[in-house]
Amino acid sequence: MSDETRSPWFLPVIYVGGLIFGLGLAVSGMARPEVVLDFLQFDDFGLVFVMGGAAVVTGITFAVATRYLDRAPLTASEYTRRVKKFDRNVVIGGAIFGVGWGLSGICPGAAYASFGVGNYPILWAIAGMFIGAYAQGYVRSFTGSSGEET
Amino acid sequence: MDPLLAPLALETPFPRGILPYLVGGLLVGLGAAVIYLATGIIAGASTFLESTLSYVSDVERFNRFKYVQSRNWRVVFTLGIVSGAAVWGLALAPDPTIWTTDVQWWRLLGGGILVGIGTRLGKGCTSGHGVCGVGSLSNTSLVNVATFMTFAIGTAQLVQALGVSP
Repeated sequence: MSDETRSPWFLPVIYVGGLIFGLGLAVSGMARPEVVLDFLQFDDFGLVFVMGGAAVVTGITFAVATRYLDRAPLTASEYTRRVKKFDRNVVIGGAIFGVGWGLSGICPGAAYASFGVGNYPILWAIAGMFIGAYAQGYVRSFTGSSGEET
Repeated sequence: MDPLLAPLALETPFPRGILPYLVGGLLVGLGAAVIYLATGIIAGASTFLESTLSYVSDVERFNRFKYVQSRNWRVVFTLGIVSGAAVWGLALAPDPTIWTTDVQWWRLLGGGILVGIGTRLGKGCTSGHGVCGVGSLSNTSLVNVATFMTFAIGTAQLVQALGVSP
């Protein structure tokens, strides 16, 4: 997907996809830390339908595209699944992310959506996410464990 | 009234109903599917944090080819997320209004820092692992999701038990 093979529709389609994605995050309540905390405190289990509903749609899409479709029209990229290599960072990172999510009630995509619904205090969380992402990248640049995976 | 804002009836597991959750989840999946079908890209939300840092930082990790070559569209994707949420919150919602959280600033900042570290160390977040990785039936993602769910529930319940609200 180098720039030469990209269609002029590439960025507009990314924007529209993001728009639908953000609309969904706002409709679902994920953009509201209170709703997420109600789920984590077992007061409202509705959030399982957010991740479940979304994963069913992506699951069907990935299954159909990898099996029956040739290449993506706007980039000529092959269709693949999202399968990342497993290592201990997957567990350590997941645990740290979990503590942060449980403390704040907000995750990255939902934070951007939360800003969209006018929730300016969420800038505390977005600032924190950039600080955290910078800190781990800075430290890993020295420890040589930055790896090739995202 | 917006069902997400109604007071909670605690005797049911779904005091706000399931409709907004299900519709919202299907839309999240649809947004990811549109991008995937058109471009082959599986978009997660947390890579944006590192790829955007490459604009302003010389740190080697942020300036890897895959971040630098994707940083522009990741900004566009994030602007799309902000716009889509704004369209809902300010126009289409049952009672459109500016909504702000009551969760205290130190929880947002401290939690945000840990989210920034954890999602990048763990190779993804709720959208990358939770939606796209689970949709790919990736064992790596299923382990990551089980881990962050467990720690998030434990943390939220502990903070609540300590009397912090909201």
